[in-house]
Amino acid sequence: MNEWQGFKGTKWQKNIDVQDFIESNYKEYLDDDSFLKGISYRTEKVWGKCKKLLAREAISGVLDVETFIMSGIDNFEPGYIDRKNEVIVGLQTDEPLKRIVNPYGGYRMVKKSLEAYGFHLEKELEENFKEFRKTHNDGVFDAYTDEIKKARHNHLITGLPDAYGRGRIIGDYRRLALYGADFLIEKKKEDLSKLTEINDVSTIQLREDVKEQIKALELIKKMCSRYGFDVSKPASNAKEAIQWTYFAYLAAVKQNNGAATSIGRNTTFFDIYIERDIEKGILTEEYAQELIDQFVIKLRLVRHLRTPEYNELFAGDPTWVTESIGGMLDDEKSLVTKTAYRMLNSLNNIGESAEPNLTVLWSKKLPENFKKFASKMSIKTHTLQFENDDIMRPLYGNDYAISCCVSALKLGYQTQFFGARINFVKVLLYALNGGRDEITGDLVIEGIDELEGEYLDADQVLKQFDKVLKKTVKIYVDALNIIHYMHDKYAYESSQMAFLNTELEYLMAFGLAGISIVTDSFSAIQYGHVRVKRDERGLTNAFDIEFDYPRYGNNDDNVDAIAKNLVKRVYRELKRYPLYKNAIPTLSLLTITSNVVYGKHTGATPDGRKEGVPFSPGANPTQGADKNGALASLSSVAKIPYKDCCQDGVSNTFSIIPTALGSEEESRINNLVKILDGYFNSGAHHLNVNVLDKDLLVDAMNNPNKYPNLTIRVSGYAVNFNKLTKEQKEEVISRTFHERV
Amino acid sequence: MKEFKTGFIHQIETMGLVDGPGIRIVIFMQGCPLRCLFCHNPETWEKVSKNKMTSKEIVDEIRKYRPYIEKDGGVTFSGGEPLLQSEFLLEMLKMCNKAGIHTALDTSGTGYNKKYLDEILKYTDLVILDIKAIDEDNYKKMTGKDMTMFNYFVDRLLENNNKIWLRQVIVPNINDTEEYIFKLKKYIKKFKNIEKIELLPYHTMGKEKYDKLNIKYRLTETLDMDKEKCKNLEELLNK
Repeated sequence: MNEWQGFKGTKWQKNIDVQDFIESNYKEYLDDDSFLKGISYRTEKVWGKCKKLLAREAISGVLDVETFIMSGIDNFEPGYIDRKNEVIVGLQTDEPLKRIVNPYGGYRMVKKSLEAYGFHLEKELEENFKEFRKTHNDGVFDAYTDEIKKARHNHLITGLPDAYGRGRIIGDYRRLALYGADFLIEKKKEDLSKLTEINDVSTIQLREDVKEQIKALELIKKMCSRYGFDVSKPASNAKEAIQWTYFAYLAAVKQNNGAATSIGRNTTFFDIYIERDIEKGILTEEYAQELIDQFVIKLRLVRHLRTPEYNELFAGDPTWVTESIGGMLDDEKSLVTKTAYRMLNSLNNIGESAEPNLTVLWSKKLPENFKKFASKMSIKTHTLQFENDDIMRPLYGNDYAISCCVSALKLGYQTQFFGARINFVKVLLYALNGGRDEITGDLVIEGIDELEGEYLDADQVLKQFDKVLKKTVKIYVDALNIIHYMHDKYAYESSQMAFLNTELEYLMAFGLAGISIVTDSFSAIQYGHVRVKRDERGLTNAFDIEFDYPRYGNNDDNVDAIAKNLVKRVYRELKRYPLYKNAIPTLSLLTITSNVVYGKHTGATPDGRKEGVPFSPGANPTQGADKNGALASLSSVAKIPYKDCCQDGVSNTFSIIPTALGSEEESRINNLVKILDGYFNSGAHHLNVNVLDKDLLVDAMNNPNKYPNLTIRVSGYAVNFNKLTKEQKEEVISRTFHERV
Repeated sequence: MKEFKTGFIHQIETMGLVDGPGIRIVIFMQGCPLRCLFCHNPETWEKVSKNKMTSKEIVDEIRKYRPYIEKDGGVTFSGGEPLLQSEFLLEMLKMCNKAGIHTALDTSGTGYNKKYLDEILKYTDLVILDIKAIDEDNYKKMTGKDMTMFNYFVDRLLENNNKIWLRQVIVPNINDTEEYIFKLKKYIKKFKNIEKIELLPYHTMGKEKYDKLNIKYRLTETLDMDKEKCKNLEELLNK
């Protein structure tokens, strides 16, 4: 094909294989950031308009909602921000920041969101939808067992994607750019023609799915033609490659409202096109940067309609447009290109922002210059997260991407069934309360013995804990199997699946919240001599700890081993059950900002935590428990096993004040590089980095208008500080900030 | 079985980024013979603390952080005054040396046991020397002690030819003049192996600790040293 002129390699030309295309054509970049260019005139114009809209949106929460049309790939007129100056085009609806009503996940959620912001769906549309269409949410609740409902109601299992889009799928959007829609349709038709052995439900389901994917690709062609582009053919230059890729992603967020809809791993891919154009003399560095900046602007404008309660769990209107940058090709050569720099440089040109969720795949072998540049941008903007390529690459190959916060997926070959998380602390409390919820008093888990005696006995507690855990995991697995069956049935993401292989590997992502509290509680029970106090219902409401006990976060093997054993125990349980579509179970220690809400609904715990106090985020040690300095804290987290256990990710958020990191910028950059090298060489998985003064956050809390753009990393994503709730802000400030002694 | 020496530790900070090159594990040792006016760690003065550890325990703790320190970091023994527990310190230095861990000694150059000093310097890769004052009167005023031990330490240090970082706290109305900086510049000419000279601005953040410990704070009238001015003096010194 003409569009492929100058590209090397043949394998990728015959079959869909973006990885082979990249390996055959990309150029590693080892130098520093001095080549980078600033913001272009056109980008300044476009971003200027966006800034005004974003400021308006910040006041009302929601700028506008399309109430006459529902979600769909090609249901909206084309929209522009500043047509004359936009070099990358395409919006979810006909106006920037106008949100889509997506009722397929669940109608109640839509209704509540609309009401909260003062909008109403056009009457006939609403009535017709309700009369003729069943939703994912309806299906799930038809099938849910009483046990699941009870566990859900009592906040034992929370955040389940049973009322909105599940998300976490990453279409390999690059496929549209490299191959064009027609080639992809041809391949899907070939796949369909081979699916002729109709001897079970799964083949019937797959035939229907593939047909839906083909329809989606046809609709994508139509949607793009409204913007004046013919995506039936491959992209022929850098601008088109970025535009096509964005269009493919745009179709996903027009059709679906998945919690996290990540964009994949695009910089090395884009760089091949950019390099080709620069060599041909049809592209300059200024223009290349402009393309990236304007692509990033588009990603910053993605919105979904959410309820205020959703916002309490996941603050700041996140969409997790995660872009994975860097990483290694193999043990020697990295995948870092100039476009990796350009992507991070967008933070200089259009300022810090929570989206896209820029994720640096770190390896000890990454080029030193790139390590420094990434560290520099992290210190400057507190918007980057870092994940360990050296432990992920052996499991996922060199062309994986991070979905949402910390979950790796082999692009095009794997997808994920998102499963939120268990409130792990309640598992422990139910063990102390005969299976009853410590707040509501409901009997949630049956068959658990009441504990006797004033003092907690480690063996006795562990025995009951195991019983509660076994039953909880069973309920959790049941819930997720139901959810993903129904989601496929009523809210299938055909536009995303169209960019994945027909035969897929599925990962079912389970999660735990509150690992540090459960760990410290077991340590307290073992070493601290814990006395229980109970209320008139016989439920635990306070604990006296008589001796000091070792706490997670101090690099003390005695207690860190407890954390390790706990996650292994959970994973062992998860592996016992068959999962929908033969999915492989994975486990995460990740809370997003929901650690605050979890704490609110959870009673006092044996580690001394009072009722209602927030959990620490992700796998972080409990706030203030880590007393031996930052490396001790990091080292405890690094011991949590990733491979064959917490393979959905182990999230850690690290906050340090600038003067503790070094006396001037250069030493801060070098020191951060060393910290990251040390942390990841210890086998750790993920780190959010905030280099900030606590006083600054306190000031921002009291004077939000002074800091309209202050962005910080929370568990797994970045968020505009002003968009956090008061409790979430207080929790962030109460975290351990590593200071100079 | 080998008997390891024990010593008193105030605290172990696992991520020191300013006390020596690279990432440092900082061992804050207990006890100090000086009573500097501007001291912000009065809790380390007493010789005894609750935290008694063997040299092996400490070195094992340091080893845990190898991935962070192996490239260009190491351990820094600080205090208090680490030389006050000379024998214990020497044992740890030797063990670190054997394990290939870079060692730094953050010291005021006092409180040592003469018998061990040369060997201590032999196993120390970097000496971070805190200069309190350069003449007898001011030294006495600042620390409560005379300069004999410090002067002898400096002699041995020059003889052993260690790499050196020099530090001095700059306190308003005591040593924050250009005149003093010129004197200091002259004084430090004898140090050959200086890698870095830092002037640290005096701050009053230590005050609270004195109240808690029921110790009288003597610089009650002195304000924080202006950081900008201190930086300028540092530049003058480094010129």
